[in-house]
Amino acid sequence: MKREPLIEMNNISKSFPGVLANHNISFRVYPGEIHALLGENGAGKSTLMSILAGLYRPDSGQIKVRGRQVQFRSPRYALESGIGMIYQHFRLVNNFTVAENIVLGAKRRGIINRQEGMEGKVQELSERFGLGVDPAARISNLSLGEQQRVEILKMLYRGCDVLIMDEPTTVLTPREVQDLFKVLRFMADEGRAVVLITHKLHEVMEIADYVTVLRKGEVAGSDRIENLHESDLTHMMVAREIEYGQVNRNTAPGPAVLEIKGLQVRGDLGYLAVKDATLDIRSGEIVSIAGVAGNGQRELVEALAGLRTPAKGSIRMKGRDITDYDIRKRLELGLNMVPEDRLGMGLVPNISVMDNSILRSYYRPEFSRGPFLNYSRIRKYARSLVENYNIYLSDINYPVNFLSGGNLQKLLLGRELDKRPQVIIASYPVRGLDVAAAEAVFQLLLRERDKGTAILLVLEDLDDIFRLSDRVAVMYDGEIRAVLDADTADLNTIGALMLGAAPTGA
Amino acid sequence: MELSALVPFLAAAIVAGTPILFAAVGEVMAERSGILNLGVEGMMLVGAVMGFMITIVTGNHWTGIIAAMAGGGLMALIHAFITVTLKGNQVVSGLALTIFGTGVSGFLGKSYQGMPTADPFTPCVVPLLSDIPVLGPILFKQDVLVYISIILALGFWFLLYRTSWGLTIRSAGENPAAADAVGISVSRVRYLCTIIGGIMAGLGGAYLSLAYVPSWQENLTAGRGWIAVALVIFALWNPLRAIAGAYLFGGVEALAFRLQTAGIQISSFFLSMLPYLLTILVLVLVTVRLRQEAGAPLALGVPYDREER
Repeated sequence: MKREPLIEMNNISKSFPGVLANHNISFRVYPGEIHALLGENGAGKSTLMSILAGLYRPDSGQIKVRGRQVQFRSPRYALESGIGMIYQHFRLVNNFTVAENIVLGAKRRGIINRQEGMEGKVQELSERFGLGVDPAARISNLSLGEQQRVEILKMLYRGCDVLIMDEPTTVLTPREVQDLFKVLRFMADEGRAVVLITHKLHEVMEIADYVTVLRKGEVAGSDRIENLHESDLTHMMVAREIEYGQVNRNTAPGPAVLEIKGLQVRGDLGYLAVKDATLDIRSGEIVSIAGVAGNGQRELVEALAGLRTPAKGSIRMKGRDITDYDIRKRLELGLNMVPEDRLGMGLVPNISVMDNSILRSYYRPEFSRGPFLNYSRIRKYARSLVENYNIYLSDINYPVNFLSGGNLQKLLLGRELDKRPQVIIASYPVRGLDVAAAEAVFQLLLRERDKGTAILLVLEDLDDIFRLSDRVAVMYDGEIRAVLDADTADLNTIGALMLGAAPTGA
Repeated sequence: MELSALVPFLAAAIVAGTPILFAAVGEVMAERSGILNLGVEGMMLVGAVMGFMITIVTGNHWTGIIAAMAGGGLMALIHAFITVTLKGNQVVSGLALTIFGTGVSGFLGKSYQGMPTADPFTPCVVPLLSDIPVLGPILFKQDVLVYISIILALGFWFLLYRTSWGLTIRSAGENPAAADAVGISVSRVRYLCTIIGGIMAGLGGAYLSLAYVPSWQENLTAGRGWIAVALVIFALWNPLRAIAGAYLFGGVEALAFRLQTAGIQISSFFLSMLPYLLTILVLVLVTVRLRQEAGAPLALGVPYDREER
């Protein structure tokens, strides 16, 4: 019997300024199926599903629901066609009760809300799907797992028969993951369909019926789970050629400068984002953190820079315990950070290049006396930065948001490197840069390494990691799973570790 | 004060509190949807002058009331356009509208200064109910606008807390992204609530010029719009509490007036300062004990943009 697909996406393409996020993707979901959408960061998974949920409009291609062609102008139209998406950040009103959140915006008769009627219906639905949510509870008092169940209920209440979940297990405990999977299986058995956006291989193997793998905005493969092995999936996700020649490694690093021991750090939502990080970074070496975004890298880096207080563990720099040092004290010791978000955190967009150049050092005697700034010195300093780091700009008095991404990054790096740091921590230093600009940033970092600085990088591209690093630390689920020598490690091993495979051997 | 003196005092407190009640309940609606409207003072003034002028022209105070509502509503439409459609700064837009309303009302009402109202609102005695001892004369021998203000406050409370429309409004003020995700048009909700707020402010102004004073003079509201804005916080964004708060402020105003006419040796300037002093005091007290659960709508003052992530 040939079944009719519930969802049919044909030749979908979508580009954002400078990025082709989806290229000619075709994607089918059948009733009763749990369909995993697998891929690295930036592979286009979320974009594709946001198109299906009506949040984005595709540049080209068509979508059919139950054989009928549709065009979603907003999430509302997708919901009306029975397609609901649960985002990583839940869309719930914290001050409302569970029942209020569930009936919010739903079509029904009459406008008067009767507490009991509202809660009774929600209770009924909750019991039928074994979700166990108290309809009278306030969202702000619920755990993240419970909130997720409220989101699921919300979609069921609206009669959704296609449920899209974006990385649903990130915020859950292992027990909650099992409960979630049970609910999803129950929904599929009822003839609904579930699309699971994920990058965790073992979850795919455990729950999915069908897998589609995306790589760089295109379908890298798609098949029933029985026909696939884990290694096939890894290969589909990361397979690529290493395109550049190797950079010379530093074979004789100096003593450890930064020592991280048993560090635990809480994320924004209160759960432990970094569960166990132990890592040494030695003078004159580059250590890269490899991992799918959201596995604790950001929280780790922020804890090292002093932006986040660790829950447990210690950070030592040159033998001194700096765990409780504030940001400026760390800076004075020579620990510098290049943040992930250049214009948001690194620089102040609307003030000039000159002013930005002294943001981290304006208080030093070379630039100020008491409350007064010495602008002739600052101007001279800004000019020297521009020259030394090859920043292309027309005028140092212009606001920095006129600069291109590459020049912004060079300014930011220049500002930090110029302080003769002992340790540099840089998050995604080449994100969004073109090849030439990225190369310039890499050269700056390598030059710095050869001067004896200890460098910790967070990078997303495995090729970059291999080219640049002396050692690679793989982070998964808040833990540093393995630290490998870049020379001896191979791409597939690291890829598998990033996706949660247990480390072998040492 | 013995009972015979207390009854007229409390009745006066209700009258003095009514313009503030209208404006405050309207502001509750706007703020519940996420829009802070600091233009209330200006909208009250425009309502007051429009209501007064049109009543003189037509000789009927109901046409004046409609004009006042239209004036306040129109000003609020400007505020909604700036803050919802253009996603402008709500504080700046509100302040500008207050300054604009003060100026334009003075300009329009210049030739009407000090004139008596053609058709003022007069007390309308409710049969039976007004015979209840003590409560009757306080509550049921008032003009019809007093009754309307109480009914509106109760009605808006019911709307906010017992209907799906209210849920929709509150969701727009608490978490517009959540509202958007379930297909609610955040813009439409915010436009509507802001305009309701402006209409209510216009009504409050008209109450001053057509019932309370009843006459027009420049800057007739004398800061009552600001008291209304403060009262919203005092009332924890709940129309029912706004009733109590408005009459509390009305009571202080009535008390100051009474003390003045009783010839007590306190500067009249000091006495007229009392309601504003109370405003500051109340705000300090409320802010100290304010808790997240019952506090301000979380998205109050924040423009909503779907594309922003």
